[in-house]
Amino acid sequence: MTTIDTSAPTSRAARLNVAQFLGRYGTFSAFVLLLLFNIFVTPNFLSWQTLNVNLTQVATIVIVATGMTLVIATGGIDLSVGSLMAIAGAAAPMIFMGKLLPIDNTGILIILSFILPVLLVMAFGWFNGLLVTRFSIQPIVATLVLFIAGRGLAQVATNGNLQVFKNPDFQFIALGRIAGIPAQVIIMIIVAVLAHCLIRYTVIGRQIIAVGGNEKAARLTGIPVRRVKTFVYIVSGALAGIAGLIVVARNSASDANLVGLGMELDAIAAVAVGGSLLTGGRANILGTVLGAFVIQLVRYTLLANGVPDAAALIVKAGLIIVAVFIQQRAKA
Amino acid sequence: MTSMLKILSRPFVAKSSGDLARLGVIVALAGLILFGALRYDNFLSPFNILSFLRYNSMFALIALGMAFVIITGGIDLSVGGVAAMASVVAAYLSPYGWFPGLAGGMAAGLIAGSINGIIITRMRIQPFIATLAMMLAAYGTALLLANNQSVSVSYDTGFTTIGQDDFLGFPIPAWIAVLAYVLGWVFLERHPAGRHVLAIGDGEATANLMGLKVEKTLFAVYALSGLLAGLAGVILASQFGAGQPTEGVGWELFAIASVVVGGTLLTGGSGSVGATLAGALLLAMVFNILNFENGLGWISLSAYWQSVIRGAFLLIVVVLQAKLMNKTEAN
Repeated sequence: MTTIDTSAPTSRAARLNVAQFLGRYGTFSAFVLLLLFNIFVTPNFLSWQTLNVNLTQVATIVIVATGMTLVIATGGIDLSVGSLMAIAGAAAPMIFMGKLLPIDNTGILIILSFILPVLLVMAFGWFNGLLVTRFSIQPIVATLVLFIAGRGLAQVATNGNLQVFKNPDFQFIALGRIAGIPAQVIIMIIVAVLAHCLIRYTVIGRQIIAVGGNEKAARLTGIPVRRVKTFVYIVSGALAGIAGLIVVARNSASDANLVGLGMELDAIAAVAVGGSLLTGGRANILGTVLGAFVIQLVRYTLLANGVPDAAALIVKAGLIIVAVFIQQRAKA
Repeated sequence: MTSMLKILSRPFVAKSSGDLARLGVIVALAGLILFGALRYDNFLSPFNILSFLRYNSMFALIALGMAFVIITGGIDLSVGGVAAMASVVAAYLSPYGWFPGLAGGMAAGLIAGSINGIIITRMRIQPFIATLAMMLAAYGTALLLANNQSVSVSYDTGFTTIGQDDFLGFPIPAWIAVLAYVLGWVFLERHPAGRHVLAIGDGEATANLMGLKVEKTLFAVYALSGLLAGLAGVILASQFGAGQPTEGVGWELFAIASVVVGGTLLTGGSGSVGATLAGALLLAMVFNILNFENGLGWISLSAYWQSVIRGAFLLIVVVLQAKLMNKTEAN
């Protein structure tokens, strides 16, 4: 009798502990395991070259996933980020190549090609927020509109053509270095730190969490729910825009068909792997950064060891499901 | 108390806005056909009608599966990838006869849909995450199987008959779609399990308390959506003579838009098979008319406009739906 009484709770506690351990340290363990695996298996893994490649590639995922973390924290989702990247990526070359504006001063054009595309996609983010808040449309559906139409707009604007360019000033955000560190990595760090501080130390950050935790209660305590939600979609749009600029600058070319393709999944996966609940109410920016690194490292590991790209897609799909499953278990 | 009222009034709310949307979609469809018939010479020619039906049957099939999924309050974003994968499987099996090709493609779709169903019901993962991951996995599998190329089908075993030939003067894909819609209608409107689908969409917890087999029904709905996507993939391979691992991008949007245009609420609990077909036809008709308009030379819209128009369509409909819902709720 007594044995049953004591053993049942302990075994349940043990199981809970495993779930909680995986929920809390699973991502970090996965990261360390991936590092160890690569150090022993992948040739030339411990080199500046490898570090450089992985850091520059993870930067855009982190930037977009940071915005996604904020959106998901309010209980929403933003499927349009990849398309918004394509829009910003299509707009910037058109501006600095002088196709859009009748300005001759290249310096001004370069500055505008940073600012205007980001403002443009912020407007689209605001539009997403409008659909979600004013019309009470589910975020999945509301952002699905731009997921499809957004890339279409970028393709229509460029007629589906590749825009090739060589412009060192514009491309500084992707190819430039400050104190030896790639510019996009610095942007990534700034974005992540700012978002972390926003969530931790500002009123709106706490309001974001409150809205995602219990929207009704948040409204009753006087939090401007609509404004908070609109804000996160605008931020997500802006960050997607910055990521879009980095991608085209890195490629020295803008292809509306490809820029940001599948990024919504990478970003959602980074958030899920990073430990923020997809149902909202939590925003773990550092976790998201770690999640993005895990996803990048998985992709790199597969590619560096000769696994075809297509198989990497299947692995990524499995990774997303497992990560979400573990998160839900850890919470329950 | 208010939540109780809400639950009680929900069928009426859904009914009124759904009926309005259904009436709207039929009026719009009739209007477009009239417009096309008056404006273009060959719009009502047998050639245009038959090729319209032959091509759009694929989309009608995935829209039917999507309708069932959405009625339960879920979503299936994997249909395009699953159709692409099924088209590759069917192409590989086509040398062994038309039946292995057909059955293999459908089985591939059924397996993918069943995996969706298991992940959603057993692991309790939100449908959009589960099916988004399946979209990736299906494209990955399709590309792996096909070696990143399209796989040509066999022309000797009658496999191409499925997509290209007619039966009683009517394209075979259209027969398949009509049959699927008749079965779907009978199931949803006349069969107890179909009523369960509607009940689950109205409230999963309530349906559970009523003793309905919620998990089984949900599983069946995603498996069915996968099966129909597989069938669409078979038709794709048969019609265009190749299994195409990169085809199907944006199909899920076509299907979702068709379902929503047909008045089915994205929140689930209400929906109609017939109106979904009308929605799919309406959306397809818009593109048919754009093609004719391009042919007249007044405008020239590149293929890229398709996705913009599709998105705009979805936007208009969901905004209208939201407005209708808010109004009826306020009343």
